[in-house]
Amino acid sequence: MTDDQALLAALGQDWVAAARAEIAERPAAIGRYFAAAGRRAGRAPLAGAPGWQSDEAARALLLAALPSAGRAGVLATLYAEGTAAEKLAVLRALPLLDAGAGEAVPLLRDAIRTNDARLLLAALGPCARHLDQPAWRQAVLKCVFTGAPLAGVHGLDERADAELAAMLAGLAEERAAAGRTVPADAAALLDRLTPRKEG
Amino acid sequence: MRIFDPHIHMTSRTTDDYRRMAAAGVRAVVEPAFWLGQPRTNPGSFADYFDSLLGWEPYRAGLFGVRHHATIALNPKEANDPRCRPVLDLLPRYLDKDGVVAVGEIGYDSMTPEEDDAFARQLALAVEHDLPALVHTPHRDKARGTRRTLEVVAESGIAPERVLVDHLNELTVGPVQEAGCWMGFSIYPETKMSPPRMVEILRRHGLERMLVNSAADWGHSDPLLTVETARAMLEAGFDADDVDRVLWRNPVEFYRQSGRLDLSDLPEAAPEFEGSSIRRGGG
Repeated sequence: MTDDQALLAALGQDWVAAARAEIAERPAAIGRYFAAAGRRAGRAPLAGAPGWQSDEAARALLLAALPSAGRAGVLATLYAEGTAAEKLAVLRALPLLDAGAGEAVPLLRDAIRTNDARLLLAALGPCARHLDQPAWRQAVLKCVFTGAPLAGVHGLDERADAELAAMLAGLAEERAAAGRTVPADAAALLDRLTPRKEG
Repeated sequence: MRIFDPHIHMTSRTTDDYRRMAAAGVRAVVEPAFWLGQPRTNPGSFADYFDSLLGWEPYRAGLFGVRHHATIALNPKEANDPRCRPVLDLLPRYLDKDGVVAVGEIGYDSMTPEEDDAFARQLALAVEHDLPALVHTPHRDKARGTRRTLEVVAESGIAPERVLVDHLNELTVGPVQEAGCWMGFSIYPETKMSPPRMVEILRRHGLERMLVNSAADWGHSDPLLTVETARAMLEAGFDADDVDRVLWRNPVEFYRQSGRLDLSDLPEAAPEFEGSSIRRGGG
């Protein structure tokens, strides 16, 4: 069973399968289904698919039904014209879509520029591997700055480097000067990144 | 006390207002699309504004546990500007979206032919998208404007119980009540309607289909006048259930007709915002 068939089974809503068939034939049909997916699918966490809630799963499945030719343009439009929930759904769907750098990076960069911490975290999922290191470090630092939990950053320890450590140390110093602290998860990351002298 | 403000322009309010509103019992708001003081000169400005009503504002409200919905339309004043008319072509894609609970604010400002056309076309869009309509009544020539509004509503074929006619006063409430539409009152510090006058209108006209809002915007206005009106009702002898009906159940009943009102608890997954730019300032 493919990933999207497993997700479809976990969601268990017949209208989604019918809409997918229509979208595969006529990609422009996705617009109204995508917009209405929240009220049709509900917004509850899916028991059979950890990490997904029903509206996001429905929207991801609609996106996964798009023919590969022209898909990047449809994704970009749906994201650009999307509500916050629609934008989030596009970002969360990127791994399921196996989106390449050309499709993903413009959307990830937009999400990182926003002040909505949900979009910021969603941009730091598995598809963040397409971001260059400076952009990725800045996004992680923005999480720390806004208090977004670092547990939501995919592959944090594998990718965190000395430059990120220097940036975190700078923020911690600035906070200390103001009588404030950095969140505990950031302090712990900085600690893990700081080399210890032997003996 | 739980409060649903059915008409408030949060775009022009600060984040501190959301905090004060939440502390005072405001749990849900509807923000109608309207003008912004400075006239807009192209449809792109409206697209960004509508996106903000469906993106940034619900997020900002959610940080304080307030549910935010929107109504979307080309407002009557800017409907007169030929540069803004193409906004009517943008509306269908917005009217499909979750979180949009009515077409509005539509109606009259100066009662021009352009306003006639935009009003009728947007009432038709409401029918087509299965949405209620929020209708603004003009500040000038209000009595005649309200009568004409009711005639256009009747001609459009939309069911009167799916129409909220707003900014009413002692002189305009009667015809709207007879027409079977919902009646909206904007409580302002000095103009439009005050809490004591509002209480008197509720005494005379009853509580059915009555909605009270602050309509707070960038002008001299106060987002807590809904709460103030609730207190004035209690002092005047209405009971807590009456207050709950006018300030919670009535707006829920009206906007629920959209099928898109979401009053479920806000998800707890939203990150802790101790250090965020909008709660603390900076960045």
